[in-house]
Amino acid sequence: MSTTVTSERVEQVVYKALESFGADPAEFSREATFEQLDVDSLDLAELSQIAEEEFGVPLKGEDVKGIRTVGDAIDLIVSRA
Amino acid sequence: MRPDDAVILVTGGSRGIGAACARALADDGWAVALTYRTSPDGAAQTVRDIEASGGRATAIELDVTDAGGIAGAVEAAGTTLGGPVLGLVNNAGVRADDLAVSIDDDAWDVVLDTNLTGAFRLTRQALRGMVRARFGRVVNVASVVGPRANAGQANYAAAKSGLIGFTRTAATEVARRGVTINAVAPGFINTDMTAGILQNGAIDAIPARRAGEPEEVAACVRFLASDGAGYVTGTTLFVDGGLSA
Repeated sequence: MSTTVTSERVEQVVYKALESFGADPAEFSREATFEQLDVDSLDLAELSQIAEEEFGVPLKGEDVKGIRTVGDAIDLIVSRA
Repeated sequence: MRPDDAVILVTGGSRGIGAACARALADDGWAVALTYRTSPDGAAQTVRDIEASGGRATAIELDVTDAGGIAGAVEAAGTTLGGPVLGLVNNAGVRADDLAVSIDDDAWDVVLDTNLTGAFRLTRQALRGMVRARFGRVVNVASVVGPRANAGQANYAAAKSGLIGFTRTAATEVARRGVTINAVAPGFINTDMTAGILQNGAIDAIPARRAGEPEEVAACVRFLASDGAGYVTGTTLFVDGGLSA
């Protein structure tokens, strides 16, 4: 599984998820914080679920608690895939 | 809006309040998966009743205290009935009555595990799909016992109070996704579970001067699970003939 999960692919899925949470795509970047994007804890829980479904990466609450930016989330998923 | 193919899972649906809920929800257009633990015949009968009325239903064996069986039951409900599981009625419950001074650990654990922990695990599992779908209805069958004292049921009161607290907080977490979580709190209802306790003047304490029927609880559950109740969440609807008024 690890060989097929690229950073670009994860970025695509994460951006699509963020958009579905109501975040503004114009503000998307790896450096954007979830706070800036108005992405809250329920959104992150849903993002974890999407990561699990798309990439088979089970993320627990404590994994997600430490991430602050979009890039953090992408790196975490890629590192676990 | 609830999709046409939405499935609702009703635990403990083989008899009593659960069976009445299953019938009422099917009547309201839900495809109903009802779970049973000890009464496959009752579950099969409820399914037949629903089908005879033109509804869709299936029965699934599930012990709600079996943590490993929860995900499979939710998945089976959706697969068997061919739709997303967007409704859940946590109705399965047990009693093991005694005075607090005499409740042993087993009697405490089985009541908490079934009435509270089982409901939590099922809700946690079902919420995943509901949050993604931006629609969901969870109704927890609590009890007037908990909000009100009832000597001899400290374990049951603790579980049902816990269920009401869980309902309130979980409801606030998912409200913005179109998912509602509410509770009903039945008083004395004529079921197998209350057989034998509706004596000794218990009826005299109820303002309505009668026990309730499972269908009267089911009507409230049906409402809370409906599209019309979309702005009702985190609340507990007492169905008790005025006992807690």
